[in-house]
Parts: sequence; C-alpha cells; structure tokens
Amino acid sequence: MTAQIRPAPVRKSIVVNAAPERAFHIFTSGIGRWWPKTHKIGKADLDRPVIEPHGGGRWYELDVDGSECEIGKVAAWEPPSRLLLIWQLTPEFTFDPGLVTEVEVTFTADGAGTRVDLEHRYIERMGEKADAMRESVSGPGGWPALLQLYADETKSEKGDVA
Amino acid sequence: MTNAARVFDALHDTTRRTVLERLRDGPKSVGEIANDLPVSRPAVSQHLKVLKDAGLVNDRSEGTRRIYQIDPKGLGAMRAWLDQFWDSALTAFAAEVERDRKNEEEPK
Repeated sequence: MTAQIRPAPVRKSIVVNAAPERAFHIFTSGIGRWWPKTHKIGKADLDRPVIEPHGGGRWYELDVDGSECEIGKVAAWEPPSRLLLIWQLTPEFTFDPGLVTEVEVTFTADGAGTRVDLEHRYIERMGEKADAMRESVSGPGGWPALLQLYADETKSEKGDVA
Repeated sequence: MTNAARVFDALHDTTRRTVLERLRDGPKSVGEIANDLPVSRPAVSQHLKVLKDAGLVNDRSEGTRRIYQIDPKGLGAMRAWLDQFWDSALTAFAAEVERDRKNEEEPK
C-alpha cells in the first residue's frame, strides 16, 4: 500500500497598489502582461494565457503560432473579490481533464490597495497521479518535463532580463 | 535555504540533472550511475548528496553498495516548484499593477 502524501496547500499573499476592481482586472484580463513567459506548456513560444471572463470559462495558453493548450477552467468568476480557477496540469505539465486542483484568488481592499490571497490546494491529487506513474516502472515519469521547467527557470534567473 | 531554493540549486547543474535522469527507470548504485559519465565516482557521490539534501533522491545500503532512487515523496519537489512559481508570478503581477498605475498617472 502506498502511503498517501498530503502536502499543504500553497498559500501566498501580496498587497498591490490598486483598488480591488483594477487588481482583479489586471490579474484576469491582463494576465498576459505579467505571467512569466517561461511558464508554458506548449511547444511554441507563449503569447499569453487567457482566462475567459465567466464561470465555466476556459483557462488556456495561447501560443505565438496560434495553438492553444488547456491549463484548466474558471470555476467561479466573482469580480472584484474572488476568482476560482481549476488547474489541471499533471506533474508532467500535461493537461489532464480528470485532475482537478484549485487555485482560489481573493481580492480584499486594504487601505488604498488590495490584498491578494492565493491558495493552490488539492496538490495531493497530483500525487495520486505521480504515484500511479511511479508504480509503472517503465512508464514515463514526470521528471523530464519538470526538469525542463527547472532548467528554464534557472536560465531566466540568470538573465534574459535585457 | 528554502526547500524550493535547494531544489533549484540542486538542478542548476547539468551533471546533476543527468544523474537524476539516470534514476528514472529505477534505483541504481553509485557505480551504475557513474558508468560512462565523464566524471569520477567521488564527484557523482557528491552530486548525489546535493540531490539528497534537496529531497530529490534517497538512498539505502545494500551490502557494501549504496543504492539511490528518486524520492517517492517527489511530490515535495512539485509543491516546492508551485510554491516558487506562485511567488514569482504574484511578484510579477504586483509589478504590473504598479506599472499600470504609473501609466495612468502620467499626463497625456
């Protein structure tokens, strides 16, 4: 029997210098202006991620060659206070409609700015996928894709700033 | 160092990434990993130690040999990656909000 791994949700908070309405707008419609270009799943270069502005909408990556790669869905669209996204990328960074992890983002007025709280939860569901992959010794592991992401990340840390 | 920083640091090195790739299809001894790599066995051992400290591999003794395998709790690395990812994404988001505000304030 495989022991279940239950990693804690990833939680982040940041205060931004804008009212909740504008913060929500930039987070969603403006996601292409801030999403790190290195974080992509398609083969072509990333143009921008797209969050469709309604509950049940798609969350996908649009590449420069016009191709689209699913990231997940929009489960709740409640401007300007709350956004619930479904992240459906496996540890191999491929889309799996059967995998449901949640990214909840809330926008709370804080003085003249907005506190943005982000929680990425049910990461253990990726573990169930990872366990299944590991149990199949000859099966493809999640490592190459993950390693590539680390490598890209390292490269972007070193430079590319110009 | 945070867990994520250790993972990034560990994977910064090409040889260490190669070492980790070699463990994909199952546990191996240091000798098996070092086989036909252009680095010495002590160097491979050193790389394995860094990977172990980052939580990416673990080891066990088998007679006189030490066997390494990818840590079955590698999900920790996934979580560390997400942790680092959302950190950098939110930092970039806050910077964009700031840039947007300055653009608004500039007289046209």
